[in-house]
Amino acid sequence: MSINHASAGDLVSLRDDIRDGKTSALAALDGYLARIDKQNPRLNAFHEVFADEARTAAAATDQALAAGNPVGPLAGVPIAVKDNIVTRIGRTTCSSRILENYRSPFDATVIDRLTTAGAILIGKTNMDEFAMGSSCETCAWGAVRNPWDTSAVPGGSSGGSAAAVAANLCAAALGSDTGGSIRQPAALCGIVGFKPSFGRISRYGLVAFGSSLDQIGPLTHSVRDAALLYQCMAGDDVHDSTCAPRPVEAVATTLEETPRSFRVGLPVQYRKGNAPAVDAAVNRAIEHFKSMGAEIVEIELPLTDVGISTYYVIAPAEACSNLARFDGIRYGHRTKAKSAVELFDLYAQSRAEGFGSEVQRRIMLGTYVLSAGYYDAYYRRALQIRRLIKQEFDRAFEKCDVILGPTSPTAAFSIGGLTDPLAMYMCDVYTVNTNIAGICGISLPAGFDESSGRQLPVGIQLQAQAFEESLLLKIARAYERAQGPRAHLPTTAA
Amino acid sequence: MSDATTPLGIDAVRHVAKLARLAIPEDRLPQLQGELIAILSHIEQLQSIDTTGLEPMAHPLTLSNRLAEDVPTPGMPIADLLRNAPATEGDFLVVPKVLQGESS
Repeated sequence: MSINHASAGDLVSLRDDIRDGKTSALAALDGYLARIDKQNPRLNAFHEVFADEARTAAAATDQALAAGNPVGPLAGVPIAVKDNIVTRIGRTTCSSRILENYRSPFDATVIDRLTTAGAILIGKTNMDEFAMGSSCETCAWGAVRNPWDTSAVPGGSSGGSAAAVAANLCAAALGSDTGGSIRQPAALCGIVGFKPSFGRISRYGLVAFGSSLDQIGPLTHSVRDAALLYQCMAGDDVHDSTCAPRPVEAVATTLEETPRSFRVGLPVQYRKGNAPAVDAAVNRAIEHFKSMGAEIVEIELPLTDVGISTYYVIAPAEACSNLARFDGIRYGHRTKAKSAVELFDLYAQSRAEGFGSEVQRRIMLGTYVLSAGYYDAYYRRALQIRRLIKQEFDRAFEKCDVILGPTSPTAAFSIGGLTDPLAMYMCDVYTVNTNIAGICGISLPAGFDESSGRQLPVGIQLQAQAFEESLLLKIARAYERAQGPRAHLPTTAA
Repeated sequence: MSDATTPLGIDAVRHVAKLARLAIPEDRLPQLQGELIAILSHIEQLQSIDTTGLEPMAHPLTLSNRLAEDVPTPGMPIADLLRNAPATEGDFLVVPKVLQGESS
C-alpha cells in the first residue's frame, strides 16, 4: 500500500527530515520561532514562548543525532502546550488572573512522556479561562484570533493550540477536551483534533475542570501526527488512579491498515440546524466512505439535544468543587483589600477578583445544582440521564463502528458575535455527549464555508466506542487519504 | 412537583454566592440572576425525562478504589511547594486568624 504523505508542515514529516539530516532540529525550530514573532501579535495564540529553553533542547537533539545516539520517536519536533497543563518551565495560568504568576513545581505526565520521546516544548497557548468556553474570548490575556480570518474566533477552549497549529507556529499542540474543547477549535481552524476515551491518557498535571469529563489530546496537522502523539502519551500512570490500566495498541505503525469492511452510523439527530456548508461536508464524507466500501447505516441518538442540559449540570458541579482550591492561600491571587480581615472575606474577595465572569457564572451554577434541596432534582437526575446517554451510544455501536456527523453546527463566528452564554453553550451540541459517555472522538478538516465571502474551515466528527481509538484513527486516516491533504493557509504555512 | 421549578430569587443568588465563596458586588447580582435563570430554564428539559430505576453514572470508567502500592516515595521539596504561596513565614503559609468568635 502506498503511503500518502499527509502534508508539508506535519509532525511526522518534520521528524523524519530531522532524523534523515534534511534539516536540523535547531533550523526547524528557528523557522517556527520566526513565524511566532511575526504571527503571534496578530493571533495571540501563545501566552509564553520558551525560545531559549527550546533552542537548547533542539541543539541537544542535533548533537545526539550527529553522535549517532538513539533518539525518541518525537526527536526535535516543537510542540505547544495548552496553558492548563502544568510545566516546570514558564508559568501555567489557565488564562486566568487567579493563576497569573503560577509556576508549577512538577511536569504533567504527558509533558514527561512527550519530552522523554524527544519533543521540544515551544510554549504555552492561550485558552478560554479554565477551559470554560467555545471561543477563546474569556482568556484573561485577550481574545485569540482565527488564522483564517482574524475577525473570527478560533473556537475554544483549546483555541490557542488550534490557531498555533493552523498558522504553522508549532508542529503540533496539546489541548484538553471536557465537552468539545479540542474538537470544536480544531474544526474551526481547519486542523485535526483528537479526544481519546475517558481514562486513556493520564490527567496528572492537567488543572482539573470536570473530573469525570476532562481528557487531554492532540491538535495536529494530520491524523498520522495525532496517532503518534496519542501513542506516546496514552497508558496507565501511577499518578492518576482514573487512568485506565489497559494496553495501548501501537496504532502509529498500523494506521494505514484500513479495516476491510466497516459501518458508518449517521444519526438522524445530527442533521438539523446546521449551516449548509457543514451538511455538505458531511455529505462529501459519506461519499468518501461509500467509495471505500463502507456500509452507511442510519442510527438514532434521540438524546442528542439533551446533552447540553446534562453537561451544564455535571460540568459546573464538578468545576465548582475543583475550583474551590483557588482560595488565595497556597497559590494564586490573594486580595490586597484591607476589608478582607477574616478568612471568609479573604477567600471570597480573592476569588471574585481572580476569576473572570464566565468562570464565576459556572461556579454559581454548579454550587446551585449541588445545594441542599436541588441536588436530587438537578445533579442526581443529570447523572441518571448520563446513564441513558451512555446506553444510547452502546445501542448505536451495535449497528456501526463509527458515528459520523458535524463537529460544530457552524464555521467560526465573529469575535463578539455570541454574547448570550446559552447560545455559546449550544456550539458544543455534537461534542458534549462524547465526554458524557466517555467515548472517543476526532474532528477532521472537511472543506470550507464560503457563504460569508470569507473562507472559513468546517470539520466533521467521527466518534467510536470507548477504547476503540485504533479503529477510530484508522478510519479517520482512510477519510484523510480520500479527502487529500488538508488545505493550508496561503499566508502562514510557508 | 420538584424543587427545580422554584424561581431563582435575588436572595437565593446572594446565598449561592456566599456558598461559592464569591464576593459578587450587589450591582452585578441582577444580571447574573437573569443569566442563571435562562440557563436553568433550558436545563429544565431534564425534568421531562423518565429516570425511574436508573443508577446514577458518576463517571464512565468501571474501575473503583484503585490502590497504589504501599511504598514510600519522596515528596516534593517544601521550598518548591511554597514558591507560589502569596504569604509565607518560614515553612508556613500565612493566613488570617481563623477563630474570630462571631463569624458568618
